[in-house]
Order: sequence, then C-alpha cells, then structure tokens
Amino acid sequence: MTRREGSAFTGMRVVFFKELADLLSGSRMRFLEALVVLTALGTAYAAIQNIKNTVGEDPFLFLRLFTTAKDPLPSFVAFLGFLVPLLAIALGFDAVNGEFQRRTLGRILSQPIYRDVLLFGKFLAGLTTLAMVLTATWLFVTGLGILLTGLAPSGEEVARSLIYLVAAVAYGGVWLALSMLFSTLFKNPATSALATIAVWLFFTVFWGMIAGLLAPALSPVRYGFPDEVLRQAQVELALSRISPTTLYAEATLAILRPEVRALGPVLPLQLQGMVLGTPLPLSQSLLLIWPQFSGLIAASVILFVLAYVIFQRQEIRA
Amino acid sequence: MMTAIHTEHLTKRYGSVVAVRDLNLVVEEGEVFGILGPNGSGKTTTILMLLGLTEPSEGRVSVLGRDPVREPLAIKRRVGYLPDTVGFYEDLTGRENLRYTAALNGLPPRQREAKIEELLATMGLTDAADRPVRTYSRGMKQRLGLADVLLKEPELVILDEPTLGLDPQAAHEFLSMIRQLKGQGMTVILSSHLLHQVQAICDRVGLFKKGEMALVGSVQELAQRVLGGAYRIRLRVIGNIPTERLQKLPGVSRVHRSGEVVTVEAERDLRPELVRAIVEADGDLLEVGLEETTLDEVYRTYYGEVSDDAA
Repeated sequence: MTRREGSAFTGMRVVFFKELADLLSGSRMRFLEALVVLTALGTAYAAIQNIKNTVGEDPFLFLRLFTTAKDPLPSFVAFLGFLVPLLAIALGFDAVNGEFQRRTLGRILSQPIYRDVLLFGKFLAGLTTLAMVLTATWLFVTGLGILLTGLAPSGEEVARSLIYLVAAVAYGGVWLALSMLFSTLFKNPATSALATIAVWLFFTVFWGMIAGLLAPALSPVRYGFPDEVLRQAQVELALSRISPTTLYAEATLAILRPEVRALGPVLPLQLQGMVLGTPLPLSQSLLLIWPQFSGLIAASVILFVLAYVIFQRQEIRA
Repeated sequence: MMTAIHTEHLTKRYGSVVAVRDLNLVVEEGEVFGILGPNGSGKTTTILMLLGLTEPSEGRVSVLGRDPVREPLAIKRRVGYLPDTVGFYEDLTGRENLRYTAALNGLPPRQREAKIEELLATMGLTDAADRPVRTYSRGMKQRLGLADVLLKEPELVILDEPTLGLDPQAAHEFLSMIRQLKGQGMTVILSSHLLHQVQAICDRVGLFKKGEMALVGSVQELAQRVLGGAYRIRLRVIGNIPTERLQKLPGVSRVHRSGEVVTVEAERDLRPELVRAIVEADGDLLEVGLEETTLDEVYRTYYGEVSDDAA
C-alpha cells in the first residue's frame, strides 16, 4: 500500500477563498449584517443610557457597555448569545447538501483535490466570515461607547473584550460545525437548518430545566447533609455545562466581569481571606474561563470530525 | 498502444445489492468507448470507480497506469469527468465557474484566463461568459461542462450521458465536439442510452446488463453476435421467390418473407449472389437494398431477450 500522495491541503486556499467570497457576497449576508448592526446600535445605546446614570466609581465601566441590559433590551452579550448561533447556522446549514442539490459535488470532487479540503475549506470560510462579522460588531459597539460616553477603555478592558470576542467566535464555531454536520447528514437544506435550530433551542431553552430535573435523580439529597447538597449542585452544574450555551455564558461572565471569582458553588472555607468585590487580574480571569473556552473548541472539533467522517464515507451519487 | 483503462474482476456492492459484478474492461489509448445499458445497469457506478470517487468492493482498477483508490489526485489531474447532470454555481458567471475549476487544478493565473477564453470560444459561449449560469439553457450548461472538463487538458475524458436532455440540434453539435476530441488523440469513455449517437462516434461498445458487461466489441461485431447476421439485405420481388434456394446460399443465416418483401440476414454482403439467384429462378426483382444494422436493433434484441429470459 502506498501512502496517499500530495499534500492533504492541495486546493485548500482555492476552496477557502471561493467559499468566503460566496458567503460574503450572498444575499443571506445582507440580512445578517442588518441584524447585527441593529443589535449593536440598540444594545449599545441602551447600555450607555444606563451607564450615564451610574454615579458610583467603577474601574471597569467600559466593560459594562457589553453586559448592561436595559428593559426591554437584553445586554449586548446576551443578544449575541442567540445571534451568534443563528449566524453560524445560517452560514453552514447548506454547506454540503447544497452542493448535492446544485449537483456540483461530483464535478468539484473530480478535480485534483481531496474531499477533506472541501469540507475544511468551507468550515474555515464560515468561521472567518463569522469572525469578520463579530469583529465589525465589536468595533462598532466599542466606537459608539467611546463616542457617546467619552470614556477611553483601558488596556485591560480592551484585552478582556478581545478575549470575549474570541470566545464568541469559538461559540459560533460549535454551531457552525453542528450545522455542517447536519448538512452532511440530511439531503435537504431545509431539514438540516431546522434540525440545527431544534438542537440550539433544546440547549438554550430546555437543557437547563432538564439538568435541574436530572440532578436530583442522579445525586439525591437523602439526609440533608451539606455535602449531599453540594454534590447535587455540582452534578447539576456539570450537566448544564454539556450545553455550549452555558459554556458561553460562563466564559462571558467571568471575562467581562473581573469581580467574578468562581463559576460554581463556593464554600465558606474558600472565602477565607478574600476581599469581596475586588477584581481579579486578567490572567486569573483567563484561567477561570480556560475550561469553558477549551470545552467550546473541543465541541467544535468533535462535531467537525463527525461531519468529516460521514462526508468521507458518503456516496457521491444521490 | 498503451492501455488507458484496465479493470480486473471489478465489483461494487451496496449492501446486498450488486451494482457492478466482475467487470473486466480494457480500453486502449485514443479509443472512443461507449458504455451502453439501461438505467441502473451499473454504468455510473463503474465510472465513479474509475475516478476513485467510490471505492470498489473487490477487484482492481488501473487508469492511465495508476490506481484510483491510492493515487486519486494523479488520476484526477489527467482525467476529465462530466457527470450525468452537471451542475454549476448558479450565482457565478460561466467564466467564474471555469476560473474556480482552473484554480483547483492549479493552473497559473495568466495561463488560466487565456485558456478559459479559448475554451469559451470553442464552445460558443463567449457572449454568455459573463452572465450568471442561472440564465443558461440546458445545452449551454452542457457545453460549459465540456469546457470545464477540457480546462485541465485531460488525456482521458469520461462523459456520463452527455446528451441527456438536449434537443436534437444541440445533441448533434455536442457529438461533433466529442468527435473532435478523438481527433486530438484523447481517449473518450461515453455512457449513453441514445444508441444511434453512440454508434456514430464509438469505436467499441460495451453492453451492460444488471451490473455485468455482457458484450464488448465494435457495433458490427455486436450485431453479428446478437442478431446472428451482421448484414441485412432487403429485396422486393414479384413472382416466383426461391426462398429455399436463398436459404442454402453460403453465409445466409436467415430468410424472412412478408408479401413481396424478402429480408435476408447474412454474414457478408451477399447482394450479388442473391440477385443472381432470384434472376435465375425467374423472379422479377424490383429493389435491392442493404440495411445497416443499427445499435438500436442490437440493443432492443439483446435486452428484449434478457427480459424474456427473466419473464
């Protein structure tokens, strides 16, 4: 048996740039851009109104721009919490079955490239598009914030909001990988879009409830000992962390609110010697969200690998 | 002469269904080979295995001296494939679609544009080149498909049902383009069930039935095998017809008479002998004609027999 010849990435650049051009010039992009601009404008404006009324001293006032909500609008990060999945799903739901439907797959795969390149190029193009859109939004909100409040963000604030941006892209990567997985599984783009949205809704709306129901069953509190209660809380937290939405929310919370010191139950013993309300240094906040962050990346990788395996084994003829 | 395609005991199973069974196919370089057969007889599966787009369950394939499973890129660089229903990115123009293929084949940009321009002109698509493919007719898409295949300057071209859905004029033009490819020394594999077209351009033909290639040869040879006689001579005679005498002539395989028309199937062109026999028997001969056996007939007779067997 000879090894497969040539680089596994032959044609990667070509596929990537072609897919990127398609995504950026497609009509779905117009809607997404409009949606994102509206979100940024609305949430930033509402947050600024709120911040202007704050009199207390806050060393991280600029970060409040991202996390402050004012009825009826949710905060910027909460808004992105459901816009990012929507964006990612819109970018990936017809990645593979769209090629089947247009009957371009046989023609493209008879060119001298490996199959993986097509899938990987599409994923990277989707992720790049997502990153571009989110970065634009981030710049937009930051700029609005500087203009309207007259505040200049500190170096640490910029660093923290940039890390948030990366986490949001990683969160998008999970949904992009999932929508691409479904686009290889289902032959019809409408089916794959609906399936991805169903999974997203399940994790966003129902998973929290299910975790709350499952935890007492898995780790019941029989005698009311504190360690039983603690164990149950930990089980519930572990279960809820299966959902990428939870991971995203926790990562966002810890990186944008420096005063957050833990993302789970804290024992009184652990609070000893702590000065309440003081912010953590950036490196410690980063350490705090590291598991969440790697969890998001791991989920994207696993979903992508699944899509890859299914695509590699798929017959080209419909 | 080199061998372009060589398969040994090639078999493809989908679960319990055998799509291609024990296929032994040899296609020489520079040949135009026709793959004939009804839908579902394994034509497309065979083509996909030749390209390494689907893995054989058993057997060996060699295309241009290489194994498509192990060295797919080397083969895809030298083999052009036009799928049975070719699709393009509808929002891109014809030129942009070709540009993508050219880039995937690693053609340098400068060479790329000149080559695309040249092929668009050959295919008569220069005027439509900068319109989105969405606006193309079926025939235009098919010609764009051929341009797409030729971009990489292939040594072997595989065309799956290339004239499907084309009107007769477009089909005719398309076929003459394929004939030009042969003139340029390319090996062409053509799958079709439009028989007269295959007959017009193929050097040899393979008949597929239920995943097996049952017969191979030139159209003439196939006619000989399937129809018994390769030549069919039609005579119109008034008066005395010496049917038995005709039957006894060497080389005659069958004599059939209906009214004043006598049809004789023979291994050779026996027109002079037949005329002499009729005249000697005092028959009044009105007409003599040689009917060319068409692949259509071979096909219908052959698959007719097969389905009779099955019934």
